[in-house]
Amino acid sequence: MRGVEGLIGSHRDDGAVYLPRDGVLGMGDVFVWLNDQLLRMQWLSDLVTLLVRDGFGLDPASQIGGSVHFFIYDVIKIFILLSVLIFSISYVQSYFPPERTRRILGQRQGLGANIIAALLGTITPFCSCSSIPLFIGFTSAGLPLAVTFSFLISSPLVDLASVILLASIFNWSIAMAYVAIGLVLAVLGGTLIGYLKLENQVEAFVFQSPVSDHDNGGAISRRERLTYAADQVMEIVLRVWIYILIGVGIGAAIHNWIPETFISALLGQDKWWSVLVATVVGVPMYADIFGTLPIAEALVQKGVGLGTALTFMMAVTALSLPSMIMLKRVVKLPLLAVFIGIVTVGIILIGYVFNATTHLFV
Amino acid sequence: MIIKILGSGCKKCVALGENAKTAAQAAAIDAKFEKVTDIVAIAGYGIMSTPGLVIDEKVVSSGRVLSASEIGALLKGA
Repeated sequence: MRGVEGLIGSHRDDGAVYLPRDGVLGMGDVFVWLNDQLLRMQWLSDLVTLLVRDGFGLDPASQIGGSVHFFIYDVIKIFILLSVLIFSISYVQSYFPPERTRRILGQRQGLGANIIAALLGTITPFCSCSSIPLFIGFTSAGLPLAVTFSFLISSPLVDLASVILLASIFNWSIAMAYVAIGLVLAVLGGTLIGYLKLENQVEAFVFQSPVSDHDNGGAISRRERLTYAADQVMEIVLRVWIYILIGVGIGAAIHNWIPETFISALLGQDKWWSVLVATVVGVPMYADIFGTLPIAEALVQKGVGLGTALTFMMAVTALSLPSMIMLKRVVKLPLLAVFIGIVTVGIILIGYVFNATTHLFV
Repeated sequence: MIIKILGSGCKKCVALGENAKTAAQAAAIDAKFEKVTDIVAIAGYGIMSTPGLVIDEKVVSSGRVLSASEIGALLKGA
């Protein structure tokens, strides 16, 4: 039942985080060292341990000391990784404005278009506030609903920054599995929506919207891309910092204050309802994936199944009340319900599959 | 001339609006400025990334904060 314990850092008696190296076996000591220090920031964990013990006079192994360590370490780690990642990814993204994505997608058909849409979803700049312009822009340009929805599912669910954070908190095989399964969900979900022929469930004005093809991609200088990347870091950090603090706060509470018996009774690996509970709690919630990761991390440390934790993350990021309310302005209720239904069933299935196959990723 | 700034009130939209005002003043154009903040109305112009700049109902830029001189060139062309 506690099979996933060794998967992520479990706290040693001295409060330092013990980090297993399973995910990178055979890749050489240099890679292991880089992975531990750069991605997992072992040095930071050690520093925070010192700070908690000598600075605050708290025992890092105690309840309070452990929570303080978890909170400080996770907040700093996530903010450092977030800034570095958003900067590099935004630079890449500046080559893929939505207009270009739309053009690339317009040239393809069938399943191939869905797969490309899911892949482009991972590198096209996206926030839930841009789902409406993207939906209208794609649909009015004649892209099939199947392709648009593949993109809309993959875009919030899988992005490069979240993958690296997943690798940092769990390990590389889990991060890769998350990406693969997120892309499969996007491709299958979009394809299914395409088969249902729900074009008449899109508000009529969407099809009549004009198509503007201002692609500034070619005109942008290197300096502008760098400025864009720096602006993105500012914008995203300002937007998500509160979710990160709340997420890490909840994570620290789960980690040290909520009794393990309570969590395992509700979400334990041997409980068939755990994935369903994670979904029901996660779907209406609105948070960035960066805020959700520390919660998932703490849950797994408390013996919650990996699939259950991933389901929770996917439920929070892929579906949220605010983005549903926005989408409702451009699609009619039946299509919205189908979209929510397909994604919900998909992430529930993913949860059960991951729970059943956890041993492959440990 | 009517110049519209499309954007849901982000920092970049404000910057674009200010650059546009500077450009209009420099070119001595008597322009009327409007902000379009409703996301459906913005998408109605066919753009997918904000901020957008619309001169007399024609989209001239999207997804970028143009400098005052760039806008000046667009104003001359309009």
